[in-house]
Amino acid sequence: MTMATMNDTVATTTAPVKRRSFGRDLAGLAVILALAAIGYLLFPNNLALLTRITAIALLVLSLDLVTGYCGVATLGQAALFGSGAYAAGIAAVHFGITDPLLMLVSGVLGGAFAGLVCGVVILRAHGLPQLVLSIALIHLFHEFANKASSWTGGSDGLAGIAPDPLLGLFAFDLWGRTAYGFGIGLLAVVFALLRLIVRSPFGMLCRGIKEDPIRIRAMGASPRVAIVKMYVLSGAVAGVGGALNAISTQVVGLDSLSFTLSAESLVMLVLGGTGSLFGALAGTIVFMFFEDIVSAANPFHWLTMVGALLIAVVLFAPRGLYGTAAAFVARRREAGR
Amino acid sequence: MSAIFEVRNLKRSFGGLAVTDDVSLSMAPGDRVALIGPNGAGKTTFVNLVTGNLKADAGDVRIGGESVTHIDAIGRVRRGLVRSFQVTRLFHEMTPAEHVALAVLQRDGRAGRLFGHFLAMPDVMAEVGDLLGKLGLRELMHRRVSEIAYGQQRLLEIAVALALKPRVLLLDEPAAGVPQSDTGRIEEALADLPADLAVLMIEHDMDLVFRFAKRVIVLAAGAIIFDGTPSEVTRDQRVREAYLGSYANASHAA
Amino acid sequence: MQTIFSIAVDALAYGMVLFVISIGLSVTMGLMRVVNLAHGAFAMIGGYIASYAARDLGLGYGLAVLIAVFGTIVIAVPIERLLYRRIYGAPELTQVLMTIGITFCIIGIANYVFGPTLKTMPLPPGLRGSVDLGFRSIATHRLFAIACGLAVAVGLWYAIEKTAFGVKLRASVDNAAMAAALGVRTEIVYAVSFAVAVGLAALGGVVGAELLPVEPYYALRYMVTFLVVVSVGGAGSIPGALLACLLLGGIDTAGRYLMPEFGEFFFYLAVIAIVCVFPRGLAGRTR
Repeated sequence: MTMATMNDTVATTTAPVKRRSFGRDLAGLAVILALAAIGYLLFPNNLALLTRITAIALLVLSLDLVTGYCGVATLGQAALFGSGAYAAGIAAVHFGITDPLLMLVSGVLGGAFAGLVCGVVILRAHGLPQLVLSIALIHLFHEFANKASSWTGGSDGLAGIAPDPLLGLFAFDLWGRTAYGFGIGLLAVVFALLRLIVRSPFGMLCRGIKEDPIRIRAMGASPRVAIVKMYVLSGAVAGVGGALNAISTQVVGLDSLSFTLSAESLVMLVLGGTGSLFGALAGTIVFMFFEDIVSAANPFHWLTMVGALLIAVVLFAPRGLYGTAAAFVARRREAGR
Repeated sequence: MSAIFEVRNLKRSFGGLAVTDDVSLSMAPGDRVALIGPNGAGKTTFVNLVTGNLKADAGDVRIGGESVTHIDAIGRVRRGLVRSFQVTRLFHEMTPAEHVALAVLQRDGRAGRLFGHFLAMPDVMAEVGDLLGKLGLRELMHRRVSEIAYGQQRLLEIAVALALKPRVLLLDEPAAGVPQSDTGRIEEALADLPADLAVLMIEHDMDLVFRFAKRVIVLAAGAIIFDGTPSEVTRDQRVREAYLGSYANASHAA
Repeated sequence: MQTIFSIAVDALAYGMVLFVISIGLSVTMGLMRVVNLAHGAFAMIGGYIASYAARDLGLGYGLAVLIAVFGTIVIAVPIERLLYRRIYGAPELTQVLMTIGITFCIIGIANYVFGPTLKTMPLPPGLRGSVDLGFRSIATHRLFAIACGLAVAVGLWYAIEKTAFGVKLRASVDNAAMAAALGVRTEIVYAVSFAVAVGLAALGGVVGAELLPVEPYYALRYMVTFLVVVSVGGAGSIPGALLACLLLGGIDTAGRYLMPEFGEFFFYLAVIAIVCVFPRGLAGRTR
């Protein structure tokens, strides 16, 4: 068989696969933009909430990279998000870097650095000790930010962040329209990049690590190096979310580095379905709206509800909302054939 | 011919019991060697020592003349020492094409790339199609591994190993667990292995050993007791004792 | 000198309280291989019940402790039957989610039933004063905590090493499938161990209320503290857990005395350092 004919046959068998995933990319972007538009029309007076959801969606996407795609269970993901938020905030307050895009870059760098630190530390152990490390790390970051109050404002929060107009054209207005548009733009760009990354050779390597790290080692690849790299990427994504939060709310609080936020982001991911970017988005949206409604009524009931929700997901929908729905659709399609 | 793979005086004991006792062997490119031995002879320990998954107490392992004794398991793979697993270790959610592509990309140092898709890399796909074609897995290349038969999974295990372009290949019971009807396909694949590759096969099935190997090494109680041709092995007194002795003990215990 | 002595006594008392609470977690984790993040929540329930019994019902200290221990077991056993049993052998992430869900629920309910305030536990007169050792006096309550810890350690050691149940327990920890094949009813071993573990957690929650104040976020605040005892000491190891508790008690107490500003910071730093240096625990078995 000559090379040319072989490439032809390979191309004919793989073309539909490629086309389908590209179509799903476009569909995903379209869904994000459509939901953003619907949100804008339905809640024009609550864009702050929608922007917050966008920022948290970035956090949950970043968690999906390490938990969903690499199989690392962590309860400390907010360390990456909070580091990004503080990096952007400190850049603005202490160094006068108030251009939103430069603040974003600071957030990305801060998050990526935190990701590197957390990745290296967390991968020292496996199983329970690994989990303990992740919890200890988020507490450590929290305490550090609390004590370094000359830089972070401590428990009062870092206030006085005043970003310049975006690209010099769009001022961050009182209604939060610019912040919302900025956030949706960031989310769309990050989502598109992540779709590429999870299908890249590196994404495939990480899926392999999640299934069987010993097999990956026998292929001559180092699971540890790959996961640390994923942690840095994850930190960059979480950093985008943190920076967005800092820019849009113009304040950074200690709660962005909290255990609760870490645990909640894990709940959102699992609610939506791990190992799928769509799942991460779906989980965030459902959870955040739910939170907004319930916690306004009674914050203590809120915690009970989250707990009950988690138990219910584990018992009845272990693949999450998106995973269960996708499996259902796949079965229907199979049956229809 | 110069040795591509050498083991010199390898030793390892667990709590005073020598599981690998001063083992030495040498292989040249193109060698087809079978490593056999009764249960508990230390074959698995030997494989783990050689691949670097277990630390040796003493001795030296060399690949292409370079000592890899102080190099970890991943580094040894990168230097061309590749193993297959006795019980397949594959990624159940991934396709055969993805397995082989991942191995090819990893071999070329491209597995860390963040962009691009292997389906859009003609050179990778050519190699994937070629390898899977040779092993008769082409039609299944986009199925999930959990959906294909165990015999085919064993062939895929060989394909992944070959995609790494090894210089030395350790096959750990390549036909274990495969129904009789499918072993022919695996034997064909073994017969078609690259001619310059040094292959060390650990195997129980003596028929397969005799058809495949030009040289047989017998391990008993952690030490090599025989190293010669397949025709000699059945006549060797110590081999008989090792096997029959172990059978005698086994029947005694039962 | 006085400071060192105070630190030593407080560290010992704190370490013993940690031990009483965490040892049950360690044994159940070694036995059932479940990552149980909700253990601290059971200690908290014990603290709440005891505080309610002693303060609001005016019962005696000893009776309050008893009610707390058995009350917590009564609450916990159905949770084990209904929820924990589903996650034995499940992936780690599933176990984390389930047990953190249980923790959140317990916190929310405790908040709702008992209110968000700190709960105090009135001490009986016998434990209120201090004991004069000649050169130095020690708060009686500290001594009581230390004695409880020692009693639990000795009692557990006896139960595990010397009784028929202990044999079954050790066999099940070692190899549950083998133990079951040999006729050990592992289900019962699991249930009894879980009940004892939860009872001890409740006891520790009450006895340690002076050192670890009972409040709604107790279960989250000390989650990492209890877990690190297990991961440093090695799941299922009593000496390992004892050593880990004394070590952590020492670090935490010394930190609070010497650097009250940065105590928690250094505690978490120490936790990370210890786990990084001993990723399999001090007495952990390599698997």
